[in-house]
Amino acid sequence: MRLAICQIAAIVRKDILLELRTRESITAMLVFAVMAIVMFNFALRLRVDAFRPLTPGVLWVTLVFAGTLGLSRSMSSEQINQCMDGLLLAPCDRSVIFVGKAITNVIFTLAVALLVVPIMAILFDEALAQPGVWLVVLLGVIGYAGMGTLIATMAASTRAREVFLPILLFPLALPLLVAAVIATSGFLDRLPLDEFAAWIGVTCAFIVIFWTAGTLLFEYLVEG
Amino acid sequence: MTILLSAINIGKLFGMRPVLRNVSLEIARGEFVAILGANGAGKTTLLRILATLIRPSAGALAIGAVDALAHPDRARAFIGLVSHQSLIYPDLTARENLEFYGRMYGAGRQKPEAANADGQPKGEIGQAGRQGVRDQLQLLVEDALRRVGLWNRRDDPARTFSRGMIQRLTIARAILHDPLLLLLDEPFTGLDQASAASLSALLREMAVRDRAVVMTTHELGRGLDGVTRALILQGGQITHELRHDITADALTALMTRA
Repeated sequence: MRLAICQIAAIVRKDILLELRTRESITAMLVFAVMAIVMFNFALRLRVDAFRPLTPGVLWVTLVFAGTLGLSRSMSSEQINQCMDGLLLAPCDRSVIFVGKAITNVIFTLAVALLVVPIMAILFDEALAQPGVWLVVLLGVIGYAGMGTLIATMAASTRAREVFLPILLFPLALPLLVAAVIATSGFLDRLPLDEFAAWIGVTCAFIVIFWTAGTLLFEYLVEG
Repeated sequence: MTILLSAINIGKLFGMRPVLRNVSLEIARGEFVAILGANGAGKTTLLRILATLIRPSAGALAIGAVDALAHPDRARAFIGLVSHQSLIYPDLTARENLEFYGRMYGAGRQKPEAANADGQPKGEIGQAGRQGVRDQLQLLVEDALRRVGLWNRRDDPARTFSRGMIQRLTIARAILHDPLLLLLDEPFTGLDQASAASLSALLREMAVRDRAVVMTTHELGRGLDGVTRALILQGGQITHELRHDITADALTALMTRA
């Protein structure tokens, strides 16, 4: 168990080191996210009078799209020189690799969220930076990263992986997106918690389902 | 002689096409085995099965005393693999690459010479704290880089290395955790004379140290120095075995006959 934790930490550390060297994932995710927010800001303000209710939707669509860029990159970095084989040769249960990659994706997407949420709070004039919203962001990102890592692993073995990833991922992510948007709205509108607690439960269920599925299925997805 | 690797009636189908058929081999400690065959004979597939990277369609495989099909994660601790691809991250330095793989193998946190091929996990160093493990890993990485002559380039990104240097770093990665069984797929490709000679010496040294080395090649003239047994693979089957006088001429004659 201790070795497994060290192996997970080694994968996360390696991915962060690679990102610090190349600055390919987070930079692309951040630039995309900021551009998307600015475009939403201008596009929606021109036509929509009741603009504020759209904020949670804009936040989550931005995070999901930006997160997809990171997911695609996280698996493609293992295709170079067939480095995935190097991971698969390690004396560990292959679920360790899944957990390591998924944690990296959580960290990268949260890093983007840390910048996106304050920017949106300013541009959209919303009290987004509040503990309840951060909790939903944390849960939603963990759920999305688990699901995304699993789907990115499936897509990585196909030729058109960049195309397949969003095609496979977005339909599955829809319930999570809906739950996260409603939970975020609940906190922004200061509704009683029991009115939207079920939707927080849905995001938690996503975490349990997809992280469990990932640890169980990863071996079969990467098997030659 | 202790049998380190035992493969019985290994078969592999890709779709409906058989790539390997009833391949059986036993490899003991101290053996240096060359598997020869033309392109498409099934050498790489066989090596990837022995490395537990792919599962055979039929047969049984044991590495050490571990059933490698039932417990591949335990069997992998005994294996080092040099494949066609380097498995090296080009944006990490030589040292960072080895440190990463060392951590994945738990190198430094286990007794280096435990070599307990009885299927039990190696014992952890009793008193070694985290710092001790780190130091041990650093020593292993330094030793591996010195053995392949890359210590002076340890802090250079792997993407700046020549083909031959990448191959040497690949070998350092494969021997870092001191595997009992070293598998090499066409390891002499891209190496100059000096590097090839030093690789040959390293492989012979592995065999002398009671490890087993299995190498595939289609080049009859290279790397046969020190080989104790040669197997010829044709059409997914082992057709010939040579235990004495393993020379390019003898192998050519056998392969022509096959």
